[in-house]
Amino acid sequence: MTQVNAVEARNVVKAFGQGDNTVRALNDVSVEIRKGEFFTLLGPSGCGKTTLLRLIAGFEMPTSGTILLEGADITYLPPNKRPVNTVFQSYALFPHLSVAQNVGFGLQMQGRPKKEVDETVARMLALVKLEPMANRKTSQLSGGQQQRVALARALAPKPKVLLLDEPLSALDLKLRKEMQIELKRLQTETGITFVFVTHDQEEALTMSDRIGVMSAGKLQQVGAPKDIYTRPVNRFVASFIGETNFLSATAESGAARLGTGDLVELPGLTGSGSVTVTVRPEQVRLVDPAEAGAIAATVKTLVYFGTDTHCHLALKDGTEVVARLQSPATGEAGLAQGQSVGLRFAAGAAQIVED
Amino acid sequence: MADRSFSVAKLPGFTATAIIVFAALYLPIFTLVGYSFNANQSVAVWGGFSLDWYAKAWANTQVKDATVLSLIIAVTAAVIATAVATLAALGTTRRKKFRGETFIYVMINQPLMVPEIVTAVTLLIFFGIIKQATGIQGIGYVILAHAAFCIPFAYLPIRARLEGMDLSLETAATDLYASSWQTFRFVTLPLLLPGVIAGAMLAFVISLDDVVITEFVKSGGQDTLPTYMLGQMRRQMTPEINAVSTMLLVLTVVLLTAFFFLTRKNDQ
Repeated sequence: MTQVNAVEARNVVKAFGQGDNTVRALNDVSVEIRKGEFFTLLGPSGCGKTTLLRLIAGFEMPTSGTILLEGADITYLPPNKRPVNTVFQSYALFPHLSVAQNVGFGLQMQGRPKKEVDETVARMLALVKLEPMANRKTSQLSGGQQQRVALARALAPKPKVLLLDEPLSALDLKLRKEMQIELKRLQTETGITFVFVTHDQEEALTMSDRIGVMSAGKLQQVGAPKDIYTRPVNRFVASFIGETNFLSATAESGAARLGTGDLVELPGLTGSGSVTVTVRPEQVRLVDPAEAGAIAATVKTLVYFGTDTHCHLALKDGTEVVARLQSPATGEAGLAQGQSVGLRFAAGAAQIVED
Repeated sequence: MADRSFSVAKLPGFTATAIIVFAALYLPIFTLVGYSFNANQSVAVWGGFSLDWYAKAWANTQVKDATVLSLIIAVTAAVIATAVATLAALGTTRRKKFRGETFIYVMINQPLMVPEIVTAVTLLIFFGIIKQATGIQGIGYVILAHAAFCIPFAYLPIRARLEGMDLSLETAATDLYASSWQTFRFVTLPLLLPGVIAGAMLAFVISLDDVVITEFVKSGGQDTLPTYMLGQMRRQMTPEINAVSTMLLVLTVVLLTAFFFLTRKNDQ
């Protein structure tokens, strides 16, 4: 490897509690976060993503394992000695200080000269478009503005890594969408490595360069959003990110046989025994039931979503499959409940996942 | 009834009860203030308006000495009690839960539970032993005694303020390169200040009017304003006592009002 990673966790274990009540929030997690990337830790609440973030920030120490920052061991360094800053879920803005004083706090604690502090604060406020608010109290700002102050405050000392702990969760949908774009812009403009924690898969997919999916204290999969979506390694990742169909099947050479007896082509599949096949709803095509290789199904319910319609289908053996179809143009007759159809999976769309 | 919502104010006898309670609370105080302007020698028989008793009290060197001593004791004891209480409050809220935390909490508030007369007797005996052993005399004993019973009064508002303060603010400060001391100096303390001021004011007022413990602990010639007044009333009661009491009352009310506005402004 030619470049040093921004952050590296090696076999990190974090246990809380004692004796029989020990809970492993992180169970042997290793991850490499590259310099300058937007890395997202994604997972349901309680999966350990925030714990990992707090270990990188230095608010907690791991039970075992090592954490490296640009190659240097920082595992037991206190938070005020780490060139890493955090945007907190609650923002944690200092209520007794003005917006400008909040933004300048880190630089002041580092003992930078006043001139430099003032210049950086002005530049940061310009970056988050809050110059007119410099002398306001933080309590006089809206949620979105407070969010920007928190960002500017964490970015002002030019950290090597910026940690963001579900910073958008308190905002309403419209503001959240705006801030997603804003965050991405800030990351590109500053070139700082962002480590972003969220439980919102859509947020993770739209913003990240790479995503680490976590569950039950373990890192399940790390990869680019497209890889994670199209090539999930296991059932958890497949179901947590986007919607998907799971079909029980028996492995054969180069294909999997469904419970209905139909064959799904899976080049490279060998062996025998039961496997789980997964297909995304948008990869399911409806065809003439008479077509060769088509899997027979019946339309059970249709759920209209505007541009798309979710078509819930039942196979011969009762297995449910969801297909996401473009809603028919106005005036055109669409599908009807009870209609017999054939279905086919787009080439390469079907995959085997571990349970 | 058109308005079906429950309101205490609609219960029979509510207004009458309220008036009686307020009268019981404030009538004696108004009477005391009123009679401080009495021209008569008696504290109970009205003899016309006069400011003589105020002039007399003002000119009375014993009253002056007692007032000065009271203020010295109250200020010193309040400062000591507030400093100790602040540390105690930080120690019981700004760390992980530990075994025996409730026990410590009860221990800190002990002077609130133990009857004052018991504390007074205890301190009299305890300080007597120390005086015997060391030969050290002075006002320090009274100040120490006052500081001790003022601690819980200072502790409670400071602790309440700390409990309402989000710990993530201090976490944010350390994340932004503040050392432990800087975190305390630039984040915890400024946010805690209204609580500290409240605690100090309360300790000051409590110390200022203490009679029982002071009476037991003080040596000869160490009269505070309350113990001086008690001594006067044993001999003869004149409206001078009313005048002194009124001035003490005004001082307390002014302090508490100032405190109210001070903390309200800080909370915004």
